[in-house]
Amino acid sequence: MTRKFAAEFGGPEAVVAAARQLRQDGHLLLDAFTPFPVSELDDVLEVQPSKVRQVMLIAGVTMAAFAYGLQWYSAVVNYPIDVGGRPLNSWPVFLLVPFEVGILAAVLGGLIAFLLNCHLPALHHPVFDIVGLERASQDRFFLLVATRETDTDENILRHALEDAGAFSVSEMWSA
Amino acid sequence: MSAVVKPAPARASHPWLAADHESYSAVTAAISNPILQRSAGKLWWIAFIFASLLVFATIVAIGVLFTKGVGVWGVNTTIVWGYAIASYVWWIAIGSGGTLISSMLLLTRQRWRAATNRFAETMTIFAVAISGLFPILHLGRPQYFYWLAPYPNTMLLWPQWRSALVWDFWAILSYLLFSIIFFYIGLLPDLATMRDRAQTTARRVFYGIFALGWRGSARHWRTYETFHNTMAALAVPLVVSVHSIVGLDFAASLMPGWQESIFPPYFVVGALYSGFATVVVLSALIRWGLRLEPLITVNHFDAMAKILLMASIVMTFSYASEWFTAWYAGSDADRSLVRYFFTGYYAPLYWLLLLFNCALPQAFWFRTIRRNVLGVVAICVLVDVGMWIERILIIWNTLSHDYAQSMWRHFHPTLSDWVLLLGPLGLFAFFFLCYVRLLPAVSMYETRKLCHDEGVA
Repeated sequence: MTRKFAAEFGGPEAVVAAARQLRQDGHLLLDAFTPFPVSELDDVLEVQPSKVRQVMLIAGVTMAAFAYGLQWYSAVVNYPIDVGGRPLNSWPVFLLVPFEVGILAAVLGGLIAFLLNCHLPALHHPVFDIVGLERASQDRFFLLVATRETDTDENILRHALEDAGAFSVSEMWSA
Repeated sequence: MSAVVKPAPARASHPWLAADHESYSAVTAAISNPILQRSAGKLWWIAFIFASLLVFATIVAIGVLFTKGVGVWGVNTTIVWGYAIASYVWWIAIGSGGTLISSMLLLTRQRWRAATNRFAETMTIFAVAISGLFPILHLGRPQYFYWLAPYPNTMLLWPQWRSALVWDFWAILSYLLFSIIFFYIGLLPDLATMRDRAQTTARRVFYGIFALGWRGSARHWRTYETFHNTMAALAVPLVVSVHSIVGLDFAASLMPGWQESIFPPYFVVGALYSGFATVVVLSALIRWGLRLEPLITVNHFDAMAKILLMASIVMTFSYASEWFTAWYAGSDADRSLVRYFFTGYYAPLYWLLLLFNCALPQAFWFRTIRRNVLGVVAICVLVDVGMWIERILIIWNTLSHDYAQSMWRHFHPTLSDWVLLLGPLGLFAFFFLCYVRLLPAVSMYETRKLCHDEGVA
C-alpha cells in the first residue's frame, strides 16, 4: 500500500528545489499547494496545460453564430420589415450582438471548463485533513509525495523530505 | 507591516512596496485583518448611514418616477434625453475604466496592478449595475423592458435588432455578467485565504462556500492562470465594443454633433479617462481607510497620473477633431452647433468641461503634482465632474440646437433629475462600503507574488 506524505516549506525556492531533488531521486510527486502560482512547479510535477482556451473558443464562436442566425431568421424570414427597400439582412449592425454574447458565452464556457478541470466545487477534500494546510493559502508551500509500491521502508521518503529542508512532514491518512 | 507606515518606498529597486523586508503572512494580515479583526469604526458607520440615506432617496425618486412617468424630469419634446442618459454613459464609462485598468495592466505585465485591480474590478460591477438602471428608468413604459429580449410571445413579435436600445441591452447584460465572473475568479484564491484565516464558524462557512474548496494545488493554479489571462485578453475587446455601442447610440442617429464616425473611439477614451480617475479616488480612500500605505504607494499615483495625462491629451484631440471636422465639412448645421458650444446657452458649462478635462490634468506634467496624493485626487474628482458635464452637453447641445430653428429649446433640470443624479452615488458608496467590510480590498495572492518577485519576502 502506498502512503502519502505532505511536507511544509517556507518559500517557493525551497519547495521547487525539494521537488527537483525528490524527483531526481525517483520519488513519486503528486501535487503541491502554494499561496500563489509557482510556475516552476509545473515542469517538475508535469502539470499538463488545460484545454480551457479551446472550450472558450468553441463556446464563443457557437454562441455568436447562434445569435447571428437568430437575428437573420427573425429579420429576414419570420418578421421581415421592408424599410424603403433596404436589405433585410443588415449584417453590419447584426454583428454587434453576436460579438457581445459570443464573449459572454466564451467566458461562461471557460468557467465551466475551469471548474470541471479543477474538480471544483469540492468543499471537502482529503488534503484538507493535512495538519497546517490552512497555511497553504497564506504563507507556506506544501509538497505532496507518495511512496512507491516497491518501497519497503517509508522512512526513506520521510527522511528525504526532511533532508530537503521541510519544516515538518505529516502523513496524509485518508484516500 | 501596517505598524510602520512609510509614505514612499524604501528602496528604488522595488517601487511598488513601501517595505524593505516582509513575510507573506504579514502581507496577508495587512490586507485581511481590517476585515477579520478590526471593527468598522465610527467613520465607516457615518459614511454608511449617509449612503443609506441617499439610497433611500433614490428609491423614493424611482417610485415617484414610475408612478408619474418621465414628465417629472426636465425632458421636453425637443430635449427628449436628459440626465438619465448622461448618467448611464457616465456610469458605464467608469465601469469600463475599471476593466481596462485591470486587464490591460495584466496583459502588459504591469506588476503594480496587484494593488489596484481588485477594487477596480469591484468598481466595475457596481458601476455597470447602476448604469443598467438608467435605460430602464428612461423608458416610457419601464414595465415592458423585457420586450428587448427575444422570447416566444403571444404577440408574435421580435426585437428590432437595428435599434440602439437592443444593442445596449445585450451590451450591458453581457458586460455585467462578464465583470462578475472576472471579479469572482480573481477573488477565488483570496476567498480561500479568508476561509483559512476566519476565526468564527459563521465566517468560515461563508467564505468557505464561496471559495468552492480552492486549495491552491499546482494543477489548480495552472488552469486558473490560463483562464484568468484569457478572460483579461477578452475583456479589452469587450470593453471597447461595449463602449463603442454606447457611442453608436448617438452616432447611429442623424443629428448634428452626434452623427460622427469618431464617436465610438472618442467614447472609449472618455471611458478610460473617467474610469482611471475614479480608480485613483478609490485608491486614495482605500489606502487611507484600510491603512494600506505600504501596498498602495506614491508611485502608484504617479503611474496612474501619467496614464490620465495621456488620456487627457487624447480627449482634447478628440474635442479638437470635432471642431475641425465641423469646419472642414462645411455643413451649416455642424458649424452652427460648434459656435453654439462656445457661445450658446450652455457655453459656461462647455468652458468648465474644457478646464476640467483638458487644462487642469496638464498639471500632471509635473512630478511634484503627480506625487502629491491629495493633488492627484482633487484633479481626478474634477475630471469625473468634467466627464459628466461632457456627456450631458453632448445631449443638450445637439438636441437644443438641431436642424429646425423653431424647435430650439433649453433643458431645465428638476428635483427628480438632481436626486437621480446624486442618489446613485450613494448607492455606489453603499455597495462599496459593504464590499470593503466583506472582501479583501487588495488581491492577496497577487501581492504575495509581487513581494516574491520584487525580492521583498
